[in-house]
Amino acid sequence: MKKIAVASGKGGTGKTTVSLLLTLIASKKYKVQLVDCDVENPNCHIFLGSFPIKKEKIGVFYPVINLEKCSFCKKCQEVCEYNCLLVLDDNVLFFPELCHPCKGCLFVCPEGAIDEGKREVGDICWFRESDNIYFNYAVMDVGEARANPLIEELKKNLENDVDLIIFDSPPGANCPMVQAVNDSDYVILVTEPTPFGLYDLKIAWSVVNKLGIPAGIVINRDEGEDKIITDFSSQENIPVILKIPFSLEFARLYSEGVIKADFFPDIEEKMFNIIESI
Amino acid sequence: MKQILIISGKGGTGKTSLTAAITRLYDDIVVADCDVDAPDLHILLKPDIKERSVFKGGKLADIDPEKCTECGKCTEVCQFGAITEDFTVKKFSCEGCGVCVWNCPFDAITMYQKESGEYYISEIENGIMLHALLNPGEENSGKLVTGVKQKALTFAEKRNVEFMLIDGPPGIGCPVISSLSGVDLAVIVTEPTKSGIHDLERVLKAANHFGVQSKVVINKSDLNPENTEKIKGYLDKEDIEVLAEIPFSSRFIEALKQAKTIVDFTPDGIESQCIREIKSKLDKLI
Repeated sequence: MKKIAVASGKGGTGKTTVSLLLTLIASKKYKVQLVDCDVENPNCHIFLGSFPIKKEKIGVFYPVINLEKCSFCKKCQEVCEYNCLLVLDDNVLFFPELCHPCKGCLFVCPEGAIDEGKREVGDICWFRESDNIYFNYAVMDVGEARANPLIEELKKNLENDVDLIIFDSPPGANCPMVQAVNDSDYVILVTEPTPFGLYDLKIAWSVVNKLGIPAGIVINRDEGEDKIITDFSSQENIPVILKIPFSLEFARLYSEGVIKADFFPDIEEKMFNIIESI
Repeated sequence: MKQILIISGKGGTGKTSLTAAITRLYDDIVVADCDVDAPDLHILLKPDIKERSVFKGGKLADIDPEKCTECGKCTEVCQFGAITEDFTVKKFSCEGCGVCVWNCPFDAITMYQKESGEYYISEIENGIMLHALLNPGEENSGKLVTGVKQKALTFAEKRNVEFMLIDGPPGIGCPVISSLSGVDLAVIVTEPTKSGIHDLERVLKAANHFGVQSKVVINKSDLNPENTEKIKGYLDKEDIEVLAEIPFSSRFIEALKQAKTIVDFTPDGIESQCIREIKSKLDKLI
């Protein structure tokens, strides 16, 4: 089984487009699972008319404080690195949006006054698009700060009987992006031939390079003037594996929530080359 | 002084192009780039960096192999899977909670403060720009966003400017929440695509959740006029003002390729008229 992550520093370069094209094309030969790891703003499901199988709530630990047992000793407040507990004379306040569920408070409490609670932070959904396509996404509740527990849950739910897993990563180059691409065999970095595209490609590449994962570049909305990206590609020795031309018609279809796998006839062979070279 | 945050939910809708263009229309302004893990505003505004500071972000655990007996207590208590089988710390997984430190029976683990990035105080032609760069793969971007905004605020107050503009990050998570804190208005840039609408609804809810008023700019509005009407209908129902509809234009890309803002590239174009329209509506807030 091969795992490919589709990432980019800059948002809106075409990660979801590439993930979907890759999924649809690969499914002609292989069993594929598409996993949308952009849990803050998942978009893959907009383009798939998938058959929903199930949906579950994702919960994370939070401290349930039993004030009957609590001696207000403040040990929990002292160990919490994220300042999410405030111990008053006769009450303990908890700020859920600051909590990284490390359970430090639970371990340290000398009175056994903290119980393990589960706080809902989002949903995970399972779909079946066709015989050859499994699809999962998770969506974070509005107001929550941390995407990581949802991405972790997605990664716990990978199928065993597929040939290829595709992770559509969140934009940026911070912790959720790292979590999405980590443990992949290959990363496709999607960019556009503009100074923004280049700058953010460099940032994304530095993360992927640090993780030691091989990568290739896809130049999206290519209108021929792509030297800005190809120069970087030769300088850093990362191959440009695919160029997707700019097409207003493709953009209009995208706006309707439609992606056609055969819209660009040339890319199918290149997509299979990518998959088979890994 | 009004703090205005430009966000979008979905990436690539035109936040940075818009922020840079609006910035150029003011005589004196303070602007902050809070998209700290993929900042692009400097490409258009060409700031002259006057001061660099190291950003100390979160903490990281470090295991001393001399003292470690490989008892496994740290692996047991770590909730983030950050300790490898051979008892080293995975830097990208460690969240710096310190639980391993005080649970280690042999005092073999210590925490250290890591340098998570840099932030910059810069001059631009018509004011001050605050920006930063998070080291690749770091967490704590929310903390860096807060730092950049606080610095920007001190300059905005010192210079007595009318506006402080903030170029926000994509998404609705931690860095966006930090960006939203304390602002007077969120300008949400959307596009008439199904993905754009989906993400617009989520970011509006997030702004609302944190008590921030929103107004919307519909970019590439003629790409799908039907979807543009849907967005306007939805916003009308929610009582949210549309500041401008900017038509799809390849001149944004041409300007960007020359690292220019749209108002410098084509001052008399329809796109620039839209930007001026947004500015005049923002001016009414004062």
